[in-house]
Amino acid sequence: MSVGTIQSRRDWLLSERPASRMQARLGRAYVAWRRFSANRLALVGLLIIIALLLVAALAGVLAPYSPTFGDLKNARLLAPSAEHWFGTDDLGRDIYSRILYGSRWTLYVVILVAIIAAPIGLLVGTVAGYAGGWTDAILMRITDIFLAFPKLVLALAFVAALGPGIENAVLAIAITSWPPYARIARAETLTVRNSDYIKAVQLMGASPFRIVLRHIMPLCISSLIIRVTLDMAGIILTAAGLGFLGLGAQPPLPEWGTMIASGRRFILDQWWVAGAPGFAILIVSLGFNLLGDGLRDALDPRSGDQ
Amino acid sequence: MTSAIAVDRLEVIFDRFRALKGVSLEVEPGESFGLVGESGSGKSTLLRAIAGLAPVASGSIAVNGKMLGVRRDKAFYRDVQMVFQDPYGSLHPRQTIDRLLQEPLAIHGFADGEKRIERALDEVGLGNGFRFRYAHQLSGGQRQRVAIARALILEPSILLLDEPTSALDASVQAEVLNLLEEVRRRRKLTFLMVSHDLAIITHMCERLMVMQGGEAVENLTASDLVERRVTKDYTRNLLRASEGFVRTA
Repeated sequence: MSVGTIQSRRDWLLSERPASRMQARLGRAYVAWRRFSANRLALVGLLIIIALLLVAALAGVLAPYSPTFGDLKNARLLAPSAEHWFGTDDLGRDIYSRILYGSRWTLYVVILVAIIAAPIGLLVGTVAGYAGGWTDAILMRITDIFLAFPKLVLALAFVAALGPGIENAVLAIAITSWPPYARIARAETLTVRNSDYIKAVQLMGASPFRIVLRHIMPLCISSLIIRVTLDMAGIILTAAGLGFLGLGAQPPLPEWGTMIASGRRFILDQWWVAGAPGFAILIVSLGFNLLGDGLRDALDPRSGDQ
Repeated sequence: MTSAIAVDRLEVIFDRFRALKGVSLEVEPGESFGLVGESGSGKSTLLRAIAGLAPVASGSIAVNGKMLGVRRDKAFYRDVQMVFQDPYGSLHPRQTIDRLLQEPLAIHGFADGEKRIERALDEVGLGNGFRFRYAHQLSGGQRQRVAIARALILEPSILLLDEPTSALDASVQAEVLNLLEEVRRRRKLTFLMVSHDLAIITHMCERLMVMQGGEAVENLTASDLVERRVTKDYTRNLLRASEGFVRTA
């Protein structure tokens, strides 16, 4: 592609007079992307997350050994070497392979929690904020009750009630992580509900349902995306914490928290068994945090001309 | 003939503040009626009460002979539309002009949306080039034109104008006022217009009502105002104030 065509494409994207819905939307995305990519650290975060996605997708191809079957006879607790990059654990399993497969479970937890918790929070917050009065009071008191419990303790209680396992851990984390999203969505809703542009839509005869769904929610979504991304690190840590306590993923599932738990017994002599998954959690959490910070700069409606 | 708007002893109470104290008003079809008064006189509140955006405590409002309840039905919104004062605040910041104009059509189930949007933009003097822009890419005057297009797209018979030009600078003000005059003539609309600018009201309206402290002070015709045939002191003061700053000495 020549320099000329790149230039003309950029002009097309940044056009002040977009000729179609598509062009307007792409132009807007391009402006956000330019703001996002101006932040180097955010790009690093994005790269980490893309790498995580690739690793999770290609774990079967990339992993040199099986994640669940080890060589108990010859390969127990080997130090990192050319053959086993991150060493092996007490059952002779290759830790590198287990971490690659473990990324799938990390993603599974993070995505499921985001898919469950964010829409609940968004719905509760916008409805409470827009309706006001009794609806608001009741919904927000419920939110307060959930907010009053320490996250991990409430998650522990849920898992104890529902039984250990990664699905229940996801459910428990989702149930405990929606209240902050409801708070954000409500605050955002309160700032716009009395604005003239919402009044104008009311004056067109739009139903409250339509106003919340099509006019208020889009305004809340960007701050919610930012918050969810920043929370992902916390979600990973909570999932790992539940795994570590034996209430999340169950062995032999290669979940990172569970791996740390099983490496705890020989953490001084064979540090790599707990260290490698710990490091993986660190990197991925960092990635999500950097990405979240970058998104804040790119999407924040209060900055720039958005 | 039934009045386009008939307001009878309307009271509006916010919390415990009486913003309107029994105001009555009649506007004939096709007429342009002005509401004048200082800030806080209740003129905007009266407009918003008619639109259903203010809490009515007592009194009645009838539009085209039909009494309005607490809840307005869809037919009401096809009859009455409003243009807000602040063009920077009345357009959704995350929607293109196209989306903005499509919304009323979608709500009322119009099928020929594409054509109507094109026509509405043409009518207010904005070409199709503006259609996929966002509000922040427009100037104040252009935004107000979009707001007018949005109000007109449902083809209402009554337009409520809440100081439609006070946020614009003088030359743009004239353009927007001329645009409003033109659409009124072409569509035979009824205007109920709020302004604190007596010059605009005398230019735009045939009759007007002066308001103060939530009450009607007096009803006048535009020619009364021009020829200073006013009876109340308050109106006289208002007239004097509108002549602006006079340098003595």
